[in-house]
Amino acid sequence: MSEFLEFEDVSKHYGAVKAVDHVSLTVKQGEFFSLLGPSGCGKTTLLRILAGFEQPDTGRVLLGGEDVTDLPPYERKVNTIFQSYALFPHLSVWDNIAFGLKVAKRPKKEIKAEVAKMLALIQMEDQAWKKPDQISGGQKQRVAIARALVNKPRVLLLDEPLAALDLKLRQRMLIELDLIHDEVGITFLYVTHDQGEAMSLSDRIAVMKLGKIEQLGTPAEIYEAPRSSFVAAFIGDTNFFDGIVAEPLEKNSVLDGFLSVAVDKDYSRLKIEDFPDLECFNDKQIKEGEHIFLSIRPEKLRISRERPEPLPHLNVIEGHVEDVIYLGSQTKYWVRTGDYRISVIRQHSRYLLDEKPIRWREKVWLSWHADDGFMLEKYSEQDENLIQLPPEEVGETTESNQILARPADAGEPAAAGDAAR
Amino acid sequence: MKPSRLPLIVTWAVIAFFYVPIAILVVNSFNSSRFGGSWESTSLKWYIRLMNEPSIWHALTNTLIIATTATLASMVLGTSAAFALHRFAGSKLQKLHYSVIYLPLVLPEILMGLSLLLFFVQLKVQLGLATIAVAHVTFCLSYVAMTVLARLQDFDFAIIEAAQDLGAGWWTTVWKVLLPMLAPGILAGGLLAFTLSIDDFVISFFVAGPGSTTLPIKIYSMIKYGAPPLINALSTILLAITFLCVAASQYLSNRDRKAA
Repeated sequence: MSEFLEFEDVSKHYGAVKAVDHVSLTVKQGEFFSLLGPSGCGKTTLLRILAGFEQPDTGRVLLGGEDVTDLPPYERKVNTIFQSYALFPHLSVWDNIAFGLKVAKRPKKEIKAEVAKMLALIQMEDQAWKKPDQISGGQKQRVAIARALVNKPRVLLLDEPLAALDLKLRQRMLIELDLIHDEVGITFLYVTHDQGEAMSLSDRIAVMKLGKIEQLGTPAEIYEAPRSSFVAAFIGDTNFFDGIVAEPLEKNSVLDGFLSVAVDKDYSRLKIEDFPDLECFNDKQIKEGEHIFLSIRPEKLRISRERPEPLPHLNVIEGHVEDVIYLGSQTKYWVRTGDYRISVIRQHSRYLLDEKPIRWREKVWLSWHADDGFMLEKYSEQDENLIQLPPEEVGETTESNQILARPADAGEPAAAGDAAR
Repeated sequence: MKPSRLPLIVTWAVIAFFYVPIAILVVNSFNSSRFGGSWESTSLKWYIRLMNEPSIWHALTNTLIIATTATLASMVLGTSAAFALHRFAGSKLQKLHYSVIYLPLVLPEILMGLSLLLFFVQLKVQLGLATIAVAHVTFCLSYVAMTVLARLQDFDFAIIEAAQDLGAGWWTTVWKVLLPMLAPGILAGGLLAFTLSIDDFVISFFVAGPGSTTLPIKIYSMIKYGAPPLINALSTILLAITFLCVAASQYLSNRDRKAA
């Protein structure tokens, strides 16, 4: 594993809009790397810069140590899967796949053998002579993959490849993409606005916001330890609480019969309106008196009818159930405490055996361990607007993707923002 | 309530108004009688006589030479124009360009014919086949440009990027992807241009010179000297060619739209 794809201080403007803003990034060989972010965050522009369709205003792109910034698209050893697949409608499946090899003037025998191998990989040997308009969306997707892979690119670029498929097909293609990545072992650079896709496929993810990388890490790091409110809200659901850091906790321990009092720097006390004092793990050494947003994932909260036994570092608050949504494998509760509407997820392992499931309007206790909360900066309205932008239309050009206007009808709201207030 | 019969009646009236005269002409071309009024017997007499008329053959050759030249030229120019119109759509210059291309479709032919004649005379160009062909390009080009532009409007340009991404340089992309994909559109426009050129009368009449008689001009002069049955036969042939070209053009644009 070497670091072989590098973006060095890459920027790109469209008029006054900064699509990509001084991004530096390295991707390792063989890695499945995702660029994840809402519309207009610059992820597609970054991919197009690597493909050679856009010239960066600043910085350079290195592939295997070689500067490819000024190479035209047809001289780069990368291939792209387009959002609209962009298959050649006048060519058969076979000719689509063979296109790159034919252009490279490879011997006929070799072309035949390579195309046959690809057709086997995508399991479409019997459809080789069909035209693109005679095959299904999922099959088109697979042909697009084969057409790119047959050229043995050093990096395969995927631009929202599943956006045009329906849910069932998308889930199947996710598994197929994963298998193909394992099989061919080349680097995948995957652009998506869908956090589920990115989480389930990637070795590492770069979450982007307004042309910058907000956080880079493995899916687990990003989910479990979001570095900003934007990341916390964009990846999965979360509850935000507006609070102020109070004094650190005292650590009580009994040593040789004496009670010693020491300051525990790992945990801070938080003051949040309407709540009793809460504790939160403070790995970032946030100072006393600072204003923070406490973020807690819905599944980290435990809901119970009885007040839980007090334990060290266990936070307990009281509320009443406002809504219950039964989802089969889990139930989602909305619990009201003061100004907050808190989302809680409870997995069912023994639902039917629970004598009395918690119901609407019941008084409940919520508890969580101080380690499961994160103190982040303010979750701004701008973040909320970005997250609620609808995904790019299939086939839309990059320039228009950069317009950051909030639509009148802001699609499906990300549950994140609902919690606070 | 019983649905009104009126729409049906109107429809048939319109169809009759449009096509009965043509039908009469076609039927009469197979009538061996010298006069359209009475039916003698079915025969190909007039067609055979047409075959033996050297001046008809001469006019036909002229027409085909002009139509082919004008069609090919307008396919090249019209496609280029469509590309420019699409690529730089929205710019002020292209809006002007669009009007310039669109104008010949609505301009009175007599005006175009007259102005072209004045233009050629002014330049002291010898009137003949060349001037007719150039005149035809001026309006044929618009039809090709409009047809190709319509195709370009639902063209996914990611396909061009895909070709380049797969290693194709600019020329390879044009030859292997762009032109094959647009070919049906260009061909449909070309066929339309061909039809229009074949049966254009007004403009050709103005810019024709000695020895450059085209079929429509020939028909006109034959009417003046009075040979109706022969004209019927000739018109039927012209009609058949036009019909075939338009049908082919329609087929090409429809088939491709479905594929897209």
